[in-house]
Amino acid sequence: MDWHQERTAREARLERARPHADGKIVPAARVVDLLEAILQPGDRVCLEGDNQKQADCLARGLSACDPSRVHDLHMVQSGIVLPEHLDIFEQGIARRLDYSYSGPQGGRIARMLYGGQIELGAVHTYLELFARYFVDLTPNVALIAGVSADRDGNLYTGPNTEDTPTVVEATAFKNGVVVAQVNEVVDRVPRVDIPGDRIDFVVEADRPFYVEPLFTRDPAAVTETQILMAMMAIKGIYAEYGIRRLNHGIGFGTAAIELLLPTYAERLGLKGRIATHWALNPHPSLIPAIESGWVKQIHCFGSEVGMDRYIRARPDVFFTGSDGSLRSNRAFCQTAGLYACDLFIGSTLQIDLQGHSSTVTTNRVAGFGGAPNMGSDPHGRRHPSDTWMKAGREAGGTGDPALRRGRKLVVQLVETFGDKLVPTFVERLDALELARKLDLELAPVMVYADDVTHIVTEEGIANLLLCRTLDEREQAIRGVAGYTDVGRGRDHAEVERLRARGVIRRPEDLGIEPLDADRSLLAARSIKDLVHWSGGLYEPPAKFRNW
Amino acid sequence: MDWKPVALSTAPLDQSWYEASARARLAGLLDADTFEEFIGPAQRMMSPHLPLFELPRAFDDGMIVGRGRLDGRDVLVAAQEGRFMGGAFGEIHGAKLVGLLRAALAVKPAALLILFDTGGVRLQEANAGETAIAEIMRAIAVTRAAGIPVIGLIGGRAGCYGGGGLIAGTCAHLVISEGGRLSVSGPEVIETNRGAEEFDSRDRALVWRTMGGKHRRLIGAADAFVDDTIGAFRAAALAAIPTAPTFDLASLEAEQARLEARLARFGDAQDATEIWGRLGVNDPAAVPGLTTEAFDTLLDSLPERPHHAR
Amino acid sequence: MEKLSFRHATRTALPGTRASAITGVVASGNLEVLLERNLAPDACHVEIDTAINGYGEVWAAVVADFVARRQPGGLTITINDGGARPDTVSLRLAQGARLMEAP
Repeated sequence: MDWHQERTAREARLERARPHADGKIVPAARVVDLLEAILQPGDRVCLEGDNQKQADCLARGLSACDPSRVHDLHMVQSGIVLPEHLDIFEQGIARRLDYSYSGPQGGRIARMLYGGQIELGAVHTYLELFARYFVDLTPNVALIAGVSADRDGNLYTGPNTEDTPTVVEATAFKNGVVVAQVNEVVDRVPRVDIPGDRIDFVVEADRPFYVEPLFTRDPAAVTETQILMAMMAIKGIYAEYGIRRLNHGIGFGTAAIELLLPTYAERLGLKGRIATHWALNPHPSLIPAIESGWVKQIHCFGSEVGMDRYIRARPDVFFTGSDGSLRSNRAFCQTAGLYACDLFIGSTLQIDLQGHSSTVTTNRVAGFGGAPNMGSDPHGRRHPSDTWMKAGREAGGTGDPALRRGRKLVVQLVETFGDKLVPTFVERLDALELARKLDLELAPVMVYADDVTHIVTEEGIANLLLCRTLDEREQAIRGVAGYTDVGRGRDHAEVERLRARGVIRRPEDLGIEPLDADRSLLAARSIKDLVHWSGGLYEPPAKFRNW
Repeated sequence: MDWKPVALSTAPLDQSWYEASARARLAGLLDADTFEEFIGPAQRMMSPHLPLFELPRAFDDGMIVGRGRLDGRDVLVAAQEGRFMGGAFGEIHGAKLVGLLRAALAVKPAALLILFDTGGVRLQEANAGETAIAEIMRAIAVTRAAGIPVIGLIGGRAGCYGGGGLIAGTCAHLVISEGGRLSVSGPEVIETNRGAEEFDSRDRALVWRTMGGKHRRLIGAADAFVDDTIGAFRAAALAAIPTAPTFDLASLEAEQARLEARLARFGDAQDATEIWGRLGVNDPAAVPGLTTEAFDTLLDSLPERPHHAR
Repeated sequence: MEKLSFRHATRTALPGTRASAITGVVASGNLEVLLERNLAPDACHVEIDTAINGYGEVWAAVVADFVARRQPGGLTITINDGGARPDTVSLRLAQGARLMEAP
């Protein structure tokens, strides 16, 4: 019995690749040769496409490979972000796909799925895909990205560490080949994020890897409605449950909450009592709260463009390396968001009458990313907190109270209508139609109804924990669904009964006057205000500047 | 970059000019409760053209005109609403300003203030709009010749572009903030006609350093640079009234000479920072990040005073 | 473009003495609301010019809720709408009513 077949195969790949490298170093011009030497038909390949950081030089190289030599690859990567990520399917280089998130390519991926050009494994959450890297989707080859490396392959990922350690762990320790693209080869890296013995080849890229400023929300675009909803969330949920440990999704609603902490929440006397510990990317909109002393610490999935100098100057708040720069880690931060946070609040495109939500529409498959991990009640949790226990009590139950678990708060913060007057509340999710058309066993649901605890709209807060029957739940949802068809289809008497019980709470029930929801409440009203708050340390990208 | 603490004030004069509506700007700019509107919304003097294009109208057609007091002095005011059709000039919009300028000859106010916020002429009523631009420029010349200073305030979302940029060029005095932009062809127009290599309209830092308040102030196209607050615009408008230049042949010839000199000196520059360097700015790259105070200090330290040529 | 017109009876007149007020701006997703005190104290008329067709039922519901909640008796309310969402409409109507209630 030969127990070393994988290792032998790995040695053969390295042997074929060596002529194209000087030690471990490969010039950008030889990327195609290198990849054609390493890759074999049918390989499982992780082409590092993260939420933010992209191994774009290697992606261009892969897409330039000869499909007669490199074909039928099985891509296992979290992000489908660059055009090349899909080009390789059209070219026949890749055939099968398992992924998590495809924001910017959501429309094209839908067309390719309908056209049968992609053989879809599954759309995962981040942790789920990472988990499968170690069980049945272990990559044969990982193509990753970092800021710099030395000639031994010691890698500095930079602040956007993101998925890299996880991908390398799964590949390097299971006889795979790891190729890293770096912006520069240096004599000594600022810090070693990945030891050199896990990196087989280092490609000096022709240009720095691409990073998208995904988490920057311009305060200038925050509306009065979003401010009203943020006021309700702060007073009706954050204060009510004393939420200290939390994660925020991306969106203008959550940005509004961040911008109201030093103003509205401060006036409510909540400083130190809420929003102190975060699993969160370094959102620029959190700068005023950090500077005002609200935030104790933040662990990050990735980084954000322009935040590097600010983060370096605030090591008490952020996780930073010996070199001073941010250390992020998507797998750890997702785990933190899942198990160590008491609240997730985010937005979605559609919510149905039970409370299932989805960001899928019939012509866009955006994937999940991390929201389903953050936005789920972890049954593996065993430590109590006041917040978690209070939510658990509200959810009710029978038997010995010591045997009743708490509940994570999962809050959907949505305006009743989205862009172009498209209703957020629907009788039936588009995800079901998509599942039918693609013959999927599972409809792509972002957050399942049984995980959602609250829905906040401009009309009020629906506390689904307090609902005791499916009918109550439906009326609670209709009762905050505004003037959508779902909202207008409410049973008015039942909604008033739910309101009397506190299941539905209107702004006036919370002592909030909607006309007070004014932009003057925002701690920053522009990107420039954020720069000033940061003491000039935040350096926003050109597209967000108006100076 | 210089920085200053962000004010969390709710006082009306501390509010952002850029964010405020045209009506809110007027209310804050003038002495409290002194604004009296001519041809107000209730008169429903709306565009006769927009319904033909299935487009919604505004009761004031995006132009608010009237009179009020500025520190006790009688002034006439006109304010464009940059959010309605980009503050663009249409028939009614333009006619209201022409009428105001003509009224100035009879009323003899201490000044006539124009609160620009415009992308230029309204496409759907272009002929009327273009005519209005010409009529307004002529009326400004007549008004200024009568000794009434016409002062432009630029700091709105739409900037001051197209025909608005031409009109601004005829004013006696221009006040601009960082958010304000002053030009004739806008970024998208240039990109459409000459390509993104010539001008990338999405590069906002490029847009601002080419057309923004600091650049216009440095080359003399604007006479005062102010913070983005209603109070700062009010103070600058007040300061401008006694210092506004006269309007006669000598001042026009001098301005023409300055414009020719400016073209000769900077015409070959590839980027605004190059111009700033030639003006004696040591660190041109730092200019966009300067606070108003630091920028004023820089202006004072330059070897020559700004040109005051449009 | 679509024109809509609603006539409501109210139990009371809207307090305050202001003869007219305007709030909001006609822009994408926004609207302007002109309020004029020129009707009998138990009547309220709402005239709407909207950029988006086919939302008559939603407008009817928004206006009916506003009238029930604020009792804007005596007012003619005229709206130029650039395609605002119902929550924005409700907010502007409430802002307008508050302006008119000023003593």
